[in-house]
Amino acid sequence: MAKIVGTITTSHVPAIGGAIAKGKQKDPYWAPFFDGFPPVREWLAKVKPDVIVCAYNDHGLNFFLDKMPTFAVGACESYSNADEGWGIPVVPPFQGDPALSWHIIESLVAEEFDLVTCQEMVVDHALTLPMALCYPDQKWPVRVVPVVVNTVQAPLPSAARCYKLGQALRRAIESWPHDVRVVVLGTGGLSHQLDGERAGFINKEFDLQFMDSMVNNPAWATKYSTAELVELSGTQGVELLNWLVARGTLPEKVAKVHSNYHIPISNTASGLMVLEPV
Amino acid sequence: MTKPKAHHHDIPGTVIFDGVQARKGYALNKMCYSFNEDANRRAFVADEDAYCASYGLNTQQREAIRARNVLQLIAAGGNAYYLAKFAGILGLDMQDIGAQQTGMTKDEFKAKLLKAGA
Repeated sequence: MAKIVGTITTSHVPAIGGAIAKGKQKDPYWAPFFDGFPPVREWLAKVKPDVIVCAYNDHGLNFFLDKMPTFAVGACESYSNADEGWGIPVVPPFQGDPALSWHIIESLVAEEFDLVTCQEMVVDHALTLPMALCYPDQKWPVRVVPVVVNTVQAPLPSAARCYKLGQALRRAIESWPHDVRVVVLGTGGLSHQLDGERAGFINKEFDLQFMDSMVNNPAWATKYSTAELVELSGTQGVELLNWLVARGTLPEKVAKVHSNYHIPISNTASGLMVLEPV
Repeated sequence: MTKPKAHHHDIPGTVIFDGVQARKGYALNKMCYSFNEDANRRAFVADEDAYCASYGLNTQQREAIRARNVLQLIAAGGNAYYLAKFAGILGLDMQDIGAQQTGMTKDEFKAKLLKAGA
C-alpha cells in the first residue's frame, strides 16, 4: 500500500528562482533561506519518495480568472513549467502519475470534494521552486501530483476545509494499492502582503505560532476565517492554506524533523518545515 | 441560506480581491495574464495604446497603466498576482512595488522588511 512518509512545507516566492539562476545561494541576503534546505535534502535521500503530491496555488499561469477552481487535481502524464512573465528560468518538465491522480480524484470526489480535474496543466513557481530547492540538480527523481488550491480570488476555501482536504488526501493516498512512498509538499506563505498601502506587512509572532501549531495543534489555524487569516498574515500570507492541506495528510501526532524561519526574502517571511508521522 | 462568511471586513490598506474586484478588473487582469508570453510583452511595449485598447481597458484602467501606479491599478480591479506580470515588463521588483504603494523610498521599504524580522 502507498505510504505517506512525511511532509515538507515551504515558501515559494519567485525571487528564489532569480537567486538560483544567479547563484546567490551563499549571498548574505539569501544564505539564511537557502541554508535551510540541506537538511531537507538529507531527509529526502533517507525517505526516498517515489511521488510528491504538491499542494499549492497557481498565480495566473495555468488558471486565469475566466475559470477559477477552488480545488483542482492534475492527472497528466507530465507537467511543464512555462514563462510567467518575470524572467525566471523555466525548469525541466515533471513526470506525472495519472493512475494515482485518478485514484485520488475518485477518492476525493467520493468524499464530496467536488474538484476540477486537469489532463493538461502547466505548473508555476509555486511547484517548481520548492522542487528545485529539494532537488537542486533538477533531475527530478519523483513523479508529481499537483493539487491546486484557490488562494487568489475570494471566496477562498476555509482553513478548516483545506485541513479536511488534507485528511481526505491521506485516506486517498493510503488506499492506493501499490507500494509507493509519498511526500506531501505544501507551498506558500508565510506572512506577506504585496498589494495596497499595507504592502510589506509581516507578522513574525503569528508565523511562529502557526509553525508551532503545525507540530502541536494542527487544527489551530482552522479557527480563523480566511478574512482573519488575511488580517493576521497578509493578502498573500493566506497561501498558508496550502500548508494546512499538507498537514492534514499526517496524523495528529507528528515529529518535527527540521524547520527554518527567516525574514525577509523579497517581501516575504519564509518558513520551512519537515514533519514525519509518529 | 447560510450566511456567507464575510471576506469584506475592513483591513486597513487592503483590498480583498473578491467577486466585485474580479468583475471590475477583468479586462485589466486579462491583459496582464497575456504578459506570460514574451510576444505579448513586446507588443505592449511596441504600442501600449493599441495593446490596451485590444483588451478593452476602461479609462480608469488605462490611466492607471499609463501612470504605472499600483494603488490605482488595484482600485481599477487589478489583482496582485497579475499586476506582478506588468511589473515584470517594467523591470520592477516587489520592493519597488512596495515602496511605491507605501510612499517610501526603496531603501526605507527594505528597512521596514528587515525590521519585521528583528
